[in-house]
Amino acid sequence: MNKNNSSTVTAKPGLGLNAWMIAGLLFFTVPMFSAFIFSVQVGDGTYTLGAYRRMISDPGFGEALWISARLAILTVAIAIGIMVPTVTWLHIRAQRAKRIVEFITLLPLIIPPVVIALGFLGSMPLWLKDSVYMLVFAYVVLSMPYTFRSIDTGLSAIDVKTLVDAARGLGASWRQVMVSIIGPNIQSAIFGAIFLTVALVLGEFVISNLLLWSTLPVWMALVGMSDAEGAVALSVMSLVFVWLLLMLLSSLNRRRKVRVNVGGLS
Amino acid sequence: MTNKSGSAVEMINLQRIFGDVKALDGLNLTIKPGQLVALLGPSGCGKTTALRLLAGLDLADGGQITVDGRDITNVPANKRDMGMVFQAYSLFPNLTAVENVAFGLKVRGISEEIRIKKAKELLDLVGLSREANRYSHQLSGGQQQRVALARALAIEPKVLLLDEPLSALDAKVRTQLRDEIRRIQLEVGTTTLFVTHDQEEAMAMADLVGVMSNGKLEQIAAPDDIYANPATAFVASFVGAMNRIPAKLSSGKVEFLGQSVKYGGGSSATTVVALVRPESISVTPTKVNDSKSGTVIARSFLGPQTRLTVKTHEHGTHLHVDMASSDALELTAGTNVSLTITASTVLTDADGKN
Ligand SMILES: Nc1ncnc2c1ncn2[C@@H]1O[C@H](COP(=O)(O)OP(=O)(O)OP(=O)(O)O)[C@@H](O)[C@H]1O
Ligand SMILES: [Mg+2]
Repeated sequence: MNKNNSSTVTAKPGLGLNAWMIAGLLFFTVPMFSAFIFSVQVGDGTYTLGAYRRMISDPGFGEALWISARLAILTVAIAIGIMVPTVTWLHIRAQRAKRIVEFITLLPLIIPPVVIALGFLGSMPLWLKDSVYMLVFAYVVLSMPYTFRSIDTGLSAIDVKTLVDAARGLGASWRQVMVSIIGPNIQSAIFGAIFLTVALVLGEFVISNLLLWSTLPVWMALVGMSDAEGAVALSVMSLVFVWLLLMLLSSLNRRRKVRVNVGGLS
Repeated sequence: MTNKSGSAVEMINLQRIFGDVKALDGLNLTIKPGQLVALLGPSGCGKTTALRLLAGLDLADGGQITVDGRDITNVPANKRDMGMVFQAYSLFPNLTAVENVAFGLKVRGISEEIRIKKAKELLDLVGLSREANRYSHQLSGGQQQRVALARALAIEPKVLLLDEPLSALDAKVRTQLRDEIRRIQLEVGTTTLFVTHDQEEAMAMADLVGVMSNGKLEQIAAPDDIYANPATAFVASFVGAMNRIPAKLSSGKVEFLGQSVKYGGGSSATTVVALVRPESISVTPTKVNDSKSGTVIARSFLGPQTRLTVKTHEHGTHLHVDMASSDALELTAGTNVSLTITASTVLTDADGKN
């Protein structure tokens, strides 16, 4: 910046910035690291991966993971499948209605989860009440604030109307417009939305617990009551998993020379 | 290229209303096969709306559109076979130039080999064969619009629709590309509707120029014809430069600047404004100060032509007079001149408008 200032003056803000960054980094890494140490330490001061082995071999783990994985995949498919065409339509035909829809998508953040859960229980048709898939509907709704914003940001970065008009004029059906033109051009936004939705499904506790479904977070909480090391080992594993997922998505994305755009929430 | 014949287009009494704005208010337009028609008009007169209705990107509130006699008023955009080039850059950012050009063929299910071959031919036609594998952000504005043109032509459209494709480009590229579009259009023979608000562009390229105002077509004619014989005061004022001179109308004569000229149409009130082109006034130096004289107040050299600004003695109106530069040598600022109207008829406009 100010090249004409003396070096001592310019060095200070740089040092301050570095200190902030280090402090920020520590803020995130220290708890994670401590959690990891806690999960591998045995009482007498030796280290073992026993807690990890114990958790993975527990039959409850596989079941809970399988439930959460299915829920995550379905939720992603439905949330993206609904949001992309809807927000595209809002961009080209109903710019003014966009604000209203945006507000509606924020409601899940405002309404307490317990209220949402009870509301769900009351409004679901009977045949769904016995199925774990009813959670998908809850999760699609819960993911709306993130999916909407992510996709909205992605679409705002391109001239949607002109691109859609051009594609339609060249003979593309609406499906072809979505798959060949809109999708690829907001790919990073879609990846961002997928990532946030998966993270949400893998972390959601209140609703699934209240509705008595043993998803991964519910099972983890249950284990944690009797096996603290095991529970911490699980949370370290899910952290690593989410981190790997983020890496995967952004490496898929990098091939397109675009960065993952997580939500445009910042 | 094929399609030498081109399609006939007819737009009949088209209406399009947005809230309280009548974007199109009974537009009638006929285009013969292979013609290039330029739609000219002020901002907001409905040019883009007309084009979008023809492309099917917007639907009419009334009226009918036919192509080769077939009613397409309610056919969706993707079934119309219209090639459109937009004012905004519209290349698909996720596709290379050649993939962009091939897109229309791809959605038609044409095999990759054939569509890439065709796309390369078209890139060749617009002079961009070397840029085939570039993405839109690696192309200049002019190159992007060339690719857009190639993409529109790739589907062998019934009609080529161009909505101010050159307006985002700088002057030099604009003239170059405009000549190129015309060359390609003549070569391919596609019926073309070209929207612009640049009259020079319209005059230079089109077989017919249609002047629009307030959602209607005021006049459609060949470029020289529309300049020489404007049908209405609006067209006269919009196309080319026009002097507005206070005048009186009596018994079929327009009287102004101490002269009377045959009335050629327009407002028929008694007090009117006579519309006279700068080249339809001739000036000669004089000593007399009367109603047909004025004083030269400025002179601008435009190459072969010189434009004088003359202030009339009668009303103090500022007039533009164009003349050969060789004849204007002595007419410096301050010279007293006598003004003679050389037009055989003049149009009039209602007084008070400007
Ligand atoms: N989608 C729309 N919603 C509301 N009004 C519109 C819409 N599209 C066009 N209009 C109105 O219709 C009128 C004609 O618009 P149009 O875009 O056809 O003008 P134009 O002749 O192309 O102008 P320009 O030279 O500025 O491009 C304008 O008054 C415009 O505001
Ligand atoms: Mg326009």
